[in-house]
Parts: sequence; C-alpha cells; structure tokens
Amino acid sequence: MANKSLAMNENVYEQANRSVITTRAFDTLSLIGLVLLFVVMLFPLLMVLTNSFKSEAEYAAGGPLTLPQSLSWESIRIMWNRMDYSIKLWNSFSISVLTALLAIIISLFNAFALGIGKVKGGAFFLVFFLLAITVPQDVLVYPLYYFFKLIGLYDTRFSVILTLAVLHSAFGTYLLTSVFSVTFPRELVEAALIDGCNKLQLLFRVVVPISMPSLSVLFVFFFIWTWNEFFLPLVFLVSNDNQTVPIAMALARGERGMAVTTQSAAALLGVVPCIIFFFLFQRTLTKGITAGSVK
Amino acid sequence: MVQKGFSLNKGYAPFLLPGVLTFLFIIIIPFMVNTYLSFTQWQGVGMPTWVGLANYQKALRDVAFWASFKNNLSLIVAMVIIPTVLGLFLAAFLFDYIATKFGQRVSSFFRAGYYLPQIIPVVVAAVVWRWVLQPDWGVLNWMLTSIGLEGLTRNWLGNAATALPSVMAVMVWFQLGYPLVIFMAGLQRIDPELYEASSLDGASWFQRFRHITIPLLRPEIYVVVLTTTIAALKVFAPIYAMTRGGPGTATMVASYFSYKYFFESANVGYGATMATVLTLLVIVITIVYIRIQRQQEQRESQ
Repeated sequence: MANKSLAMNENVYEQANRSVITTRAFDTLSLIGLVLLFVVMLFPLLMVLTNSFKSEAEYAAGGPLTLPQSLSWESIRIMWNRMDYSIKLWNSFSISVLTALLAIIISLFNAFALGIGKVKGGAFFLVFFLLAITVPQDVLVYPLYYFFKLIGLYDTRFSVILTLAVLHSAFGTYLLTSVFSVTFPRELVEAALIDGCNKLQLLFRVVVPISMPSLSVLFVFFFIWTWNEFFLPLVFLVSNDNQTVPIAMALARGERGMAVTTQSAAALLGVVPCIIFFFLFQRTLTKGITAGSVK
Repeated sequence: MVQKGFSLNKGYAPFLLPGVLTFLFIIIIPFMVNTYLSFTQWQGVGMPTWVGLANYQKALRDVAFWASFKNNLSLIVAMVIIPTVLGLFLAAFLFDYIATKFGQRVSSFFRAGYYLPQIIPVVVAAVVWRWVLQPDWGVLNWMLTSIGLEGLTRNWLGNAATALPSVMAVMVWFQLGYPLVIFMAGLQRIDPELYEASSLDGASWFQRFRHITIPLLRPEIYVVVLTTTIAALKVFAPIYAMTRGGPGTATMVASYFSYKYFFESANVGYGATMATVLTLLVIVITIVYIRIQRQQEQRESQ
C-alpha cells in the first residue's frame, strides 16, 4: 500500500515539473509571438517616421533600416512646400469642424423631435436614417456631382460639408435619439414647458447644456470621420487649393526620381495629424462615454 | 400656471424639417436619380438616352463586372474573416492569459499597439504601405535582398499575381485592431465564475473558448462582422491609392468600377448600374444579417 502511494506521489511531482516547464516555454513563445506581431503592426509607421528625417544622401548610404544620425528636416520641408501642405491642413481642418457642427445641429433637431418630442412614426424615421449610412456613396455621387456643378457649388468646400454633414447626421440622429428617449430626465422637460418655455428655448437652454457630454463625443466622431473621408472630397474638390490632406496623400505619386525620403515624408505628413487627434480626443471620448450619457 | 391646450408631445414636428429636407435632397433624390440613370446611356452632357435593361444585360456578360465582385469577396476574407477570427483568439488570449499572468498593463500595451493602424485613415495606411512595397527601393524588397532572398522580391502592387494578396495583407494589418478592441471590451462582461466552473469540470482552454466565450460574445461578433462586411463591399480608397484597380482587373472592386465609368470613361449609365447593384447587395446583406441576429436572439431567450 505504502509503495503504491509513493509511486503516485512521484508521478504527481513529475507531472508538476513537466507542466511548469511547458508553461514556461509556452509563456516565452507566446510573448515572443505577441512582440513579433507588435513589431509588424508598428513597423511601416516606424519606417516612415525614421526615414523622413534622413537626408537623401544618408538614405542612399545606409538604406531604410538605420536610424537617422541627425534629424534632417529637409525632406519634410520639401514635401510640405510641394504639397502646399499648410493649405491642405487648413482645408481638412475647416471642413471637418464645419461638417461636425452642421451634423450635430441636424442630429440635435431630429433627436429633439424624435427622442424628446416622441413624434409619431419615430421608429420609421430612424430606420430610414440608418439606411443612409449603409448605402454606398457611389449611388449619390454622380447626381450630386451634376447638381452641384449646375448650381455652381462644385469644387467648393460647402458641397463636401453639406453632403457629409447629412450623411453623418444619420448616425448622430440615431445615437442622440436613444440618449434622449432613455436617459433624459422628463421632469426637466415638463418643468420647463410648464414654466412657459417654448420649444426652441427648451432645446437650447435645457436640452443642449445637459447633453454636452454626448454632443462632444459626437463632435469628435464627426470630426475624425470627416477628416478621414476620401471618396466625396476626391470627386467634389478638384482644384489643388481645395483639396484635403488625405487626397493630397494619395495624389502625391512619386514622380520619376523623387527621393525615397521625400516620399516617406509625404506619408508622415498624413499620419501625424491623426496621431495628434487621437491623443487630444482620448480625454473627451472617455469622459463622454463614462458620463453614462452614451448608451 | 398651465397653458391652455398645452401638450408635451405637440409642436415638435417642425424640428424634423431641416433633417428631412436635407435628407431628401442629399440622399433620397440622388438615389432615385442614380437608379434612373442606370437605365440610360449618358455621357454627362446633354440629355440621357433611355436604354431600358441594356446596361444590366451588359453587366451580366462583363468579365470585369464579375471580377470586381470576386475581388470584393477576397477583401471580405481579408477584412472580415481573418481579422474577426484572429481578433477573437488574440482578444481571449490577451484578456484571459496575458492579463492574469503578466498584468493588465502588458495586455493593454499589446492591445494599443495592435490598434494603432486603426487611428490613421485607411488611405494614409495605403500610402504608407505603397511606400513600403515599392519594388525598386521599398523597405520590403530591400530587406529581402539584404538577407540574400533577392529571389523573393516582387513588384508587389504592380504584378497581377501579387497585387490582390498584397492589398489583402495590408487590409488585414489595418483591420485587426478593430475586432480586437471590441472583443476585449466585450470580454469584460463575462462572469469569471463561468470559466472557473468549467475548469473544475475539466474543460480545456479550447472547450471553454468554444462553449462559453464565443456564445457570450455573440453581439460583438455580429456587429463586427456586419460592419466590416459592409466596409469590404464599399472599399475604395486603398484601391485608389495603391493600384487603381490594376494591373488589368486584378484589384478592381465594385466601388472603383463605378467611379471609373462615372469619371474616367464618361459612361454614366453603366457606372450607375454598378452603383445600384452594389447598393442592392449591401441592403440585402444587411437585412439577412439582422434577420439571423433576431433569430439567434429569439432562440437564446427560449
């Protein structure tokens, strides 16, 4: 009997030892795998970053994998001027801000009617609006292109702002309507109306201040979505002076003999604003979402 | 003091006016016009000529038309299937194993890195990769040559055999972070006691994954699959930035096809045909998904 239990105990120890070793091996291997994947995900961006700060000569000598010996802003400067980057930055920025604002206003008005006013047939409207965001822009683009040309709005930022604002407001209406109909305190609405507020005052003096967290989150989403838009600005904004950063990126095709470092600078100029926005907007997004005002 | 005839729910309808009007002019009317145009032959000047179903018949016989949808299908593999499956495993692994073994920080660190491609617009990601994949001096070929694998270098985006796989690889790189973050957020919902109970019953990691994790993550899986499928059907910018649909029709997709016929070939009617077919496809797929999701929900609540 005693012999048997000793043998059993030895087995258990063997198993325990083996499983510690296999777990260690597994841990190491999996960490290596995760790190490799991490490198692959970051690698192209890292390459663009390091090579944009090299001079042409340095790249020719050392190739893409070396770190720049000293930060040379030359390639970036050349690309910035060649692309009229300041103009493109301003176009992207102004279009994104104005589109976001217009989209919020439209969404606000819609959600006010549907979520607070509970207009009849609200669900039908919501479904209808949602279809707008699933439908590909390809079905809208040619008629809008023709129509804008007809009324002289072609190649103006307003054509892009209007179209994108309407498209974004589909999502905004959906989101705000859920927020309003579920979490908005009805007593405040009733109290304000009893106090003699008209609907406009109700909207701007009561509803808007309380929904600021949701509205800020919407603003961030709309801003970023508009900044990233490619198809509609490509079609509607044909002249250089009106184009946005993403368009300029795609069109900065390497002319024959354009330096490698200059081309990576072009890519870098496209990446950097987005990274800046990401960090800037993290705060607003987490505040807005955790404020419990977004479902 | 209560106003006479005061009603909480009256007088809100006018607020729908801006939304409805803009919606009508920017979405409804253009959509109807586009459908009409698909039945016409038009070059964008003068008046369109009615040709009935001629464009649709042409499309049925057009090799490029079908090639476009085939490529969209490949992109569904690259943007939906691979990122979702990989994202599921990776999310579970990071959340369950790495977080408990090495701490939340390490897990969040990896998650942030994998999500990084998602914070740049897809067209910029495409431009970055276009730079990496450049055949003469691009980083990929440079690295292959410098470790002696020059035979493996290719004209990645310019060669018909490698163009689509290269685009697919770029899209997997770009998309992986999205399902990953959504699934990891969803995993926080799962009661760890469910895992403990099943471990006590002797379930292996994979069994737990299959019978607990995946069913409980179903809402997230549905949202991810639906949104990425629609994105894969609508894809345009990466194709424009990397290959312009070429070489030949190797990377032609539905959206680029209609763009080409609208603005490069001035064959508006035919472009409208593709746009209409694509829209119908997206609407049908959305309805099918929602139906399936409803059925699953009903089944589970029984």
